[in-house]
Amino acid sequence: MTTQTALDIAGLEKTIEEMLDKKLNERFSSLEAQLEGLSQQLQAIQQDTLSDRVTLLVFSGDMDKLMSAFIIGAGAVAMGMEVSMYFTFWGLTALKKQNVYNGKSIPEKMMAMMLPTGPDKVGTSKMNMFGVGPAFFKMMMDKSNVETLPDLITINRELGVKMIACQMTMGVMGITKEELIDELEYGGAGTYIGEASDSKITLFI
Amino acid sequence: MADEQLDCKNLNCPMPIVKIGKMIKTVEEGKTIEVTATDPAFEADIRAWAKKTGHELVNFEDGDIKTALIEKK
Repeated sequence: MTTQTALDIAGLEKTIEEMLDKKLNERFSSLEAQLEGLSQQLQAIQQDTLSDRVTLLVFSGDMDKLMSAFIIGAGAVAMGMEVSMYFTFWGLTALKKQNVYNGKSIPEKMMAMMLPTGPDKVGTSKMNMFGVGPAFFKMMMDKSNVETLPDLITINRELGVKMIACQMTMGVMGITKEELIDELEYGGAGTYIGEASDSKITLFI
Repeated sequence: MADEQLDCKNLNCPMPIVKIGKMIKTVEEGKTIEVTATDPAFEADIRAWAKKTGHELVNFEDGDIKTALIEKK
């Protein structure tokens, strides 16, 4: 082998190495860019994923419908989910602990007189029959050992269900914060949408 | 023999799963709880509960008194 050929081979090897380096660098940088894009997408997906939460919009003030709401609330917590309940209109009755007349206008006082004083005084959606229905229901529930509505509400509170009272309807119905149970949150439509849009399940009851 | 016993007899929906949900937090991983219940929906509920929460329903016996053996995962 001549010195010339040896030099040529060494030169060729160097050129090949340089070419390989260049190619590899190109490949790696395109892979890195792809990886970066994918990790950004993953982050966006993780942010969009709904929480394991149930949000209930409790509109009804009927005993049977309220029971449904609180049974689902307790059940969902038991299933390992977070629960938010948003109470509006007649549903606010579930949160009432007393009637307050002091400092209210005449229409507000009339409203307070006509509304049930709390969840133990609500009627049923069917077969109410001026209060006979609820008494009958309570008797039947007691016989089959089903929790009463006030019990269910207590259970939900103990389980850490987030309860939100609608301030607009509180205003419309003349209901004040001192008439409602403690440890409530207060909000409006935005609060409900905020909770519901981050929930896997939302129901209107 | 299960590590823990939970009596849910004469309790109705949703109380059995509420009680199980509370108790499962107090036991260590790998430990078992034997639950006895009379709620007619108990089988459907406990199966759904296990699927959703990831704990294992090791055994289920139907009858007037239903028995479920669950293992904390």
